[in-house]
Amino acid sequence: MKAATFEYVRPTHIDEVVSELARAGTDARIIAGGQSLVPMMAMRLVRPELLVDINHVSELTGIGKNNDSVCVRAATRQADAGRSEIIARVVPMLAAAVPFIGHNQTRNRGTIGGSLAHGDPTAEVLLVAMALGVTLDLRSEKGERSVNIKDFAVAPMETVMEEDECLVAARFQPAPTDLRVTAVVEEVAPRAGDYAILSVSAEIGLDLGGFCRHLRLGVSGATPVPFRPHMVEIALADSLLADDEVDDAVHLIDPVLDPESDVQASAAYRRRVAPGLLGRAIRTARDRAVVSLV
Amino acid sequence: MKRAVTLTINGEAISSEIEPRTTLVDFLREDVMLTGTHVGCEHGVCGACSVLLDGTPIRSCLLFAIQAEGHEVTTVEGLVEEDGSLGLLQDSFWETHAMQCGYCTPGMLIAAYGLLAESADPTEAEIREAISGNLCRCTGYVQIVDAVRLAAARMRQQ
Amino acid sequence: MTDTTPRIYVSTKRRPKEDGRFVSGAGRFVADIARPGMLHVALVTSPYPAAQIINVDTSVAAACPGVVTILAGPELANATAPLANAVDTPGVKIFPLAQSTVRYVGEWVVAVAAETRAMAEDAAELVEIDYDPMPFVVDPTEALGPSSPPVHSDHGNNILYDRVFTWGPVTDDFTISPHQLSFHVRWGRSATVPIETFGVIAEWGAGNQILDVWASIQMPSYPEQIASSLKIPLNRVRVHYDVDVGGSYGVKRGIKHTILVGYLARKLSRPIRLIEDRLENMTGGDMHGPDRRFDVSVAFDAQGVIRSLKLRALEDVGAQTGRAPFQLGKPVSAIVGAYRINSVEYHATAVSTNKTGQTAVRGFGMSPTNVALEMAVDKVARYLSLSRLTVRRRNFIRAYEFPYRIPSGSEYDSGNYHTVLAKARDLSNLDKLLARRDAARALGYVAGIGLATCLEPGGGNSAFEPLLNPKNETTTWPESCAIKVDRTGRVTATIATSSSGQGHQTLVATIIGEELEIDPDQIQVLHSDTLSALPGNTPVASRMAIMLGGAAAGAARKIRERVIQIGAHNLGCGLDDVIYCNGRVVRVGYGGQFITLDHIALIAHREFHNLPPGLSEPGLQAIHVEQVPQGGTLPKSDGRVQMYPCYSFAAHMVYAEIDRLTGKVSLEDYSIAHDCGTVINPDIVRGMVIGGAAHGIGAALYEEFVYNSAGQLLSGTFVDYVMPSAHEVPYIRVAEHCTPSPLTSHGQKGVGEGGYLGAPAAVMSAVNDALNPFGVECLELPLRASKLADLLAEAE
Ligand code: FES
Ligand code: FES
Repeated sequence: MKAATFEYVRPTHIDEVVSELARAGTDARIIAGGQSLVPMMAMRLVRPELLVDINHVSELTGIGKNNDSVCVRAATRQADAGRSEIIARVVPMLAAAVPFIGHNQTRNRGTIGGSLAHGDPTAEVLLVAMALGVTLDLRSEKGERSVNIKDFAVAPMETVMEEDECLVAARFQPAPTDLRVTAVVEEVAPRAGDYAILSVSAEIGLDLGGFCRHLRLGVSGATPVPFRPHMVEIALADSLLADDEVDDAVHLIDPVLDPESDVQASAAYRRRVAPGLLGRAIRTARDRAVVSLV
Repeated sequence: MKRAVTLTINGEAISSEIEPRTTLVDFLREDVMLTGTHVGCEHGVCGACSVLLDGTPIRSCLLFAIQAEGHEVTTVEGLVEEDGSLGLLQDSFWETHAMQCGYCTPGMLIAAYGLLAESADPTEAEIREAISGNLCRCTGYVQIVDAVRLAAARMRQQ
Repeated sequence: MTDTTPRIYVSTKRRPKEDGRFVSGAGRFVADIARPGMLHVALVTSPYPAAQIINVDTSVAAACPGVVTILAGPELANATAPLANAVDTPGVKIFPLAQSTVRYVGEWVVAVAAETRAMAEDAAELVEIDYDPMPFVVDPTEALGPSSPPVHSDHGNNILYDRVFTWGPVTDDFTISPHQLSFHVRWGRSATVPIETFGVIAEWGAGNQILDVWASIQMPSYPEQIASSLKIPLNRVRVHYDVDVGGSYGVKRGIKHTILVGYLARKLSRPIRLIEDRLENMTGGDMHGPDRRFDVSVAFDAQGVIRSLKLRALEDVGAQTGRAPFQLGKPVSAIVGAYRINSVEYHATAVSTNKTGQTAVRGFGMSPTNVALEMAVDKVARYLSLSRLTVRRRNFIRAYEFPYRIPSGSEYDSGNYHTVLAKARDLSNLDKLLARRDAARALGYVAGIGLATCLEPGGGNSAFEPLLNPKNETTTWPESCAIKVDRTGRVTATIATSSSGQGHQTLVATIIGEELEIDPDQIQVLHSDTLSALPGNTPVASRMAIMLGGAAAGAARKIRERVIQIGAHNLGCGLDDVIYCNGRVVRVGYGGQFITLDHIALIAHREFHNLPPGLSEPGLQAIHVEQVPQGGTLPKSDGRVQMYPCYSFAAHMVYAEIDRLTGKVSLEDYSIAHDCGTVINPDIVRGMVIGGAAHGIGAALYEEFVYNSAGQLLSGTFVDYVMPSAHEVPYIRVAEHCTPSPLTSHGQKGVGEGGYLGAPAAVMSAVNDALNPFGVECLELPLRASKLADLLAEAE
């Protein structure tokens, strides 16, 4: 399991990154944390001729906040996102997801952008991005563009990113500040910390009366790419998130589920468990928010 | 084509010529002859290859050596005290017999070292979380948990 | 019987000798060894479960940089003899590289040797092989049928072994028993999967004409098989045992790897190294374990006393055979477990399929059988509405009945099953656990308590070999130790094995220290090599405490005797006038007049004139080759045989909760009480017990090599083959009991396998106790979360 040969460049500026990509065409890959790419290279499932290491591009790391969004730069380590005070406060769903991403050694190296750019449908970061409707900034020699996440991840391991493009940042809408906001991620994995059979996320905001004024949900593992179940969000809007309301609403996702069977679980299992798990996440988030209300 | 790389390993500056495709673990083992770091899967699951990169645990099978340019790498061989005697964590692993075949041990030590650098009095759950990315087929982890607890207690006493 | 013998080092906490090198990164594993000029091998493997090889084109690959040679099957087969078969199946001929047909996905077809492993892989990708796919069989039941495509066409069909054994009046016992139950149990294909893959280096010495081998090996008759396959005299094969093995638990048996590199080393006159990568290991490493289906029937009375047992075991050994069918043989040694079952019918069948070959796994086939047996006991209890403890107590062999002979011929040496079960019950705090379970159930949780016991036979003479293959007349499996006390009085022992985590250096030093009353830390223990070593059979079958311990004790006692002779002579008195104490020979009643071991050693080596008359051999050394206690006889015609001398026992208690929605099983509490006779090193024993149980938890809940109907392995990486991490294994608590074996040097028995023999049954017991209120059951391992959730959903 040794990677095929490749050339390696280590640009320090984003302009160099995109010009290297433009020069190499289809044969280049960006490496950031390498936690997904390197195993695929070791198995020779991926064999770039040029590896563009973006770990030394300072414009590509860091977390910032302005009025209308929180910007997580692509090469930000998952562990750093998990430790970020801004993320904890303003993007609580991402903070809740970080402990589920691999293990501490992989989070110390793996990046937020890497999880998104691979389009790996089991990646927790993709789940969160979908649920929160993240905007991604992409850059190539030709210029910059922004893409909404739901137009970005189109199929398992497939995104609309062109070969000459570099993911620069993901922009998250901040969670409302006038509500009690909590976020919960629930996962079924054969081994804790490893790839999930199913994962769901819920971020809720309750007003002082306990009514749900903010709800963002994500479901992964039961469709080719994770999705945001708007229908459930709408059904539960302004409700008290009572158990029966939640349990009814989560079944609105049933018609869109389209899971496959694999070694770990049957399609029927995924179909049955996904709504239940979503309900569990919502209820847990609700209970935590309620506790913080009283 | 080979490229030059310079990095610090266990406190010593090392320069070498390597193919970019050489992973850090292969570089450590084959070029620097530090064979304490082991290979279990080469696809990032078992944790046998764990080393510290600038003080934090990472998987060295998922990092190309050339990417470690300018960084500081610490391997199990670097966990010993200055006089060459066993470090406290290593000694605690011995004291509780936190191993059998010893193959996962260097990676476990690195994972545990990373934990103790951040937490002086970790709970059992925290210890388990910290070593959960390291597979051990021999021990069932119990004596490893004991070892980390013992090491933490000894460190607190120091 | 409780052990009250006063001891100095045995049974006391001591830091294992080996651990110092492991914690400092100074272990010496095979991949740490680099020989000058060494080449590296990569393999080209079959993508088909069965196919004819039409053409192999290596021209492009051969031109790659760094490539030294490319080897295909026919050349290797011409130069070597087939690998050994366990059972008598001359039509099954296995070579390291496929010749004209491939028989499973991952089978080796071509080997590339190059200057680096990466270069070898570069070239391996460019070897072009044309295949003509052939019919294949994946399902073992189908493979039994006459129309199934034979995996080995020269064998004619897929049945490699098939025999019905009847021990005792099975038909009568079934007729007179008021109750009978029949059920089906399935043990999924899993293995021990050490974190270190298999690796080997071979080097042919042009000068000494010796093939040197360094390997990550745990395999009896390894040098013998190398010599016979490579057709060189056995005294030209030197396997170095001073290689740390990164875990084995049975599977490290890379004989085909070794023949391949041995051949290349001779051909190229360069050292050759083959370290499996994880993908090669999982598909083509031939290290899959038992894959077994059972039909079980039990006959019992209203009190739950089981009279008779019928066990039908169908083992899917895959495409390579090796010793795999023998794994149906070892369970015969404890076929009734801890129970006084009067008669047994055992129908054992090994069948070949187009899957990766099977090899030895911890317990050598006993853990699956124990699952079948323990589920039978649980079912009897449930059927009669009795507690599972009660039924076990009623059926247990009584402490006063030892030695106890079971229907299949083995005599159990000693034990106290009732006491150990009581210790497990107390350790687990069963009453509290029951309350916890019932409270959890009341809240709507799916919760259960599991209980299983197991026998761990240890130290055997491989009697399953003649049992399953009458052409094999093996009746001994000795182990050896040589001790030399040098001229300064320092003690060095050599042993004839490598170690894969069992702590043999600690074992030997502790026992010699005990016998010679000197500090074990001062005793050097070396792993020798096969040319300098005395006979040995490697650490399989929970045998080393018994056999290597016995060898070390035997040699040490010879030394001690000689030391006393020389000491008494030099103190000027008779043997009866001295005692040996703390490394000194002391003359009794003469004001403590003594002579030290150091001094005696000097006399023995240098002062012949001071040796007692009759001692004509200078120096101070001894060897001991330990015969297997109770060994030495062939099986009777009905298959009855004394298979193992010593029988350890354990009882596992586990509390599990199952997430009703997701099916995820969480082991909340786990206790084991065990009895392996005298404990040599408490930390090592505790580690073995817990580690074995963790391994069993893996087999019970997570691990499986899954094949699809196209014969493709779906779980060939560490991502898909799920081994438990620190999150999945609970803090297992252990209680000990000691019923010494009357057959061993210090009363010790085996301990390496017991955890693994008990845990799968205990976990299955807990899960089914949890499922029981829902009216469903699952008797198929692994008990995957999705499977359990599907069952619970069906029940609702
Ligand atoms: S070898 Fe790096 S994680 Fe297994
Ligand atoms: S000690 Fe052997 S794998 Fe952990």
